[in-house]
Amino acid sequence: MIRDITLGQYYPVDSVLHRMDPRTKLFGTMVFIISLFLADHIAAYGVATAFLVLAIKMSRVPFKFMVRGLKAVLFILLISVSFNLFLTDGQVLIRLGFLRITREGLRMSCFMGLRLIYLVIGSSIMTLTTTPNQLTDGMEKSLGFLKAVKVPVHEISMMMSIALRFIPILVEETDKIMKAQMARGADFESGNLIQKAKSMVPLLVPLFISAFRRATDLAMAMEARCYRGGEGRTKMKPLRYNRRDYGAYIFYGAYLAAIAGIRLLV
Amino acid sequence: MSIKAENLTYIYGAGTALEQYALKNVSFEIPDGQFVGLIGHTGSGKSTLIQHLNGLIKPAGGTIYYDGTDIYSEGYNLRELRSKVGLVFQYPEHQLFEVDVFSDVCYGPKNLGLNNEEVKERAREALRQVGLKEKYWEQSPFELSGGQKRRVAIAGVLAMNPKVLILDEPTAGLDPKGRDEILEEIRELHRKRGMSIILVSHSMEDMARYADRLMVMNHGEKVFDGTPREVFKHYRELESIGLAAPQVTYIVHELREQGVLLDDGITTVEEAREAILKLLGL
Repeated sequence: MIRDITLGQYYPVDSVLHRMDPRTKLFGTMVFIISLFLADHIAAYGVATAFLVLAIKMSRVPFKFMVRGLKAVLFILLISVSFNLFLTDGQVLIRLGFLRITREGLRMSCFMGLRLIYLVIGSSIMTLTTTPNQLTDGMEKSLGFLKAVKVPVHEISMMMSIALRFIPILVEETDKIMKAQMARGADFESGNLIQKAKSMVPLLVPLFISAFRRATDLAMAMEARCYRGGEGRTKMKPLRYNRRDYGAYIFYGAYLAAIAGIRLLV
Repeated sequence: MSIKAENLTYIYGAGTALEQYALKNVSFEIPDGQFVGLIGHTGSGKSTLIQHLNGLIKPAGGTIYYDGTDIYSEGYNLRELRSKVGLVFQYPEHQLFEVDVFSDVCYGPKNLGLNNEEVKERAREALRQVGLKEKYWEQSPFELSGGQKRRVAIAGVLAMNPKVLILDEPTAGLDPKGRDEILEEIRELHRKRGMSIILVSHSMEDMARYADRLMVMNHGEKVFDGTPREVFKHYRELESIGLAAPQVTYIVHELREQGVLLDDGITTVEEAREAILKLLGL
């Protein structure tokens, strides 16, 4: 149940995507997300699907791992799809009491659903093929120019990577705490909303406490190793672009051009 | 009143690349009132095994019978089972959440649907049984020392009046005095209330001293099952799976090799002392 959240969980296999520079993957994910918001035609979604399928194949991560992340957003997905389905004006197709489904609504909700699903799968591919450490490195390097305007890029990326790193740990911890409280007769499933919220207290208090404890321990361990931010910090493995990364960038360009072309021309 | 496991099998990460057997065809029966020690290397499946005993996880194969009833059968009341088979996890931090010790211990009995007076009575009784002084009862559980926290955690489960008490390494991280005290209290519970105890531990000395029966796990399989005397005779096999016998067993075996006529089933220092004194005719 709770272990199903895949975001931030690295899947260790060796593939082209795994070996790719994290910056390339970050940029690719960004391009993909932008393209999803540009797409408003079936053909554009076809191109996006092809891009996604290619990425999935290249990652060599089992597809069901990416789908698992969808469960977490299922609720949002349902809400946005049904809102679009029932609340868009236009040519009425079906009338169900006070609800009506329009042609435009159907189109919008399909696109919205696809868009969300692709968003989650696309970003899952990145996190499944990139370790949190690589991800931070990539982010820090590609956003380095913001340092000029006094944005603490290093600190932000460090925080991000710590947050990502802690997701699986906290998930596991939640599982343990749930079990410990269930052993004392806790019931997390039945009851109305208020009872359910109340039954969360025995779960959340130990979880928060352990998160704070881990945070202070980590801070201590970092200080013990003289961590003082990014200033003057060198890297053992500095990021370097390869041939395949340049190839990927050319591919991104072509992909984005195709999506933009469809939007402008069709 | 017995717990019986039949061909219990559990697989971690089923259907993924990281699939792994945590338990393989484990069977045993624990009659009422037995003190069972469960030992095994880290990752040998001990923790997975005990989580089956109160139905927290579902096996991939095999089943558990409590009092002759299959606990995984349709409509079986698992919450009631959990009040009879109490499980105390290794880290008290995973269960303490209330503002003070007393209300934390009340959580279990309250979940059983008892009335307020009964809940309080149970909590008082449980706290006394684990030997926690009354001056701590109004304190926040987070201000206590490691040993005291453990006591509160054990009391939290005891307050549900279980017939079987399972403890996952209740002495990990405690100083020698604290651990002796906790183990003595567990022994008291075993003797006075006739509870069955299943104790997971890494200390062979403790096992030799307290357990009536030892079960040894390795790679998800039960490899030995018997009295500590019997099990520790296999000290070489135990070593090959990353465990050991109590230190005194080694001394006894060395002495036997030198020709001293000692019983090879000696597992505690006291036994060894008696036997040696007897040999010397003192």
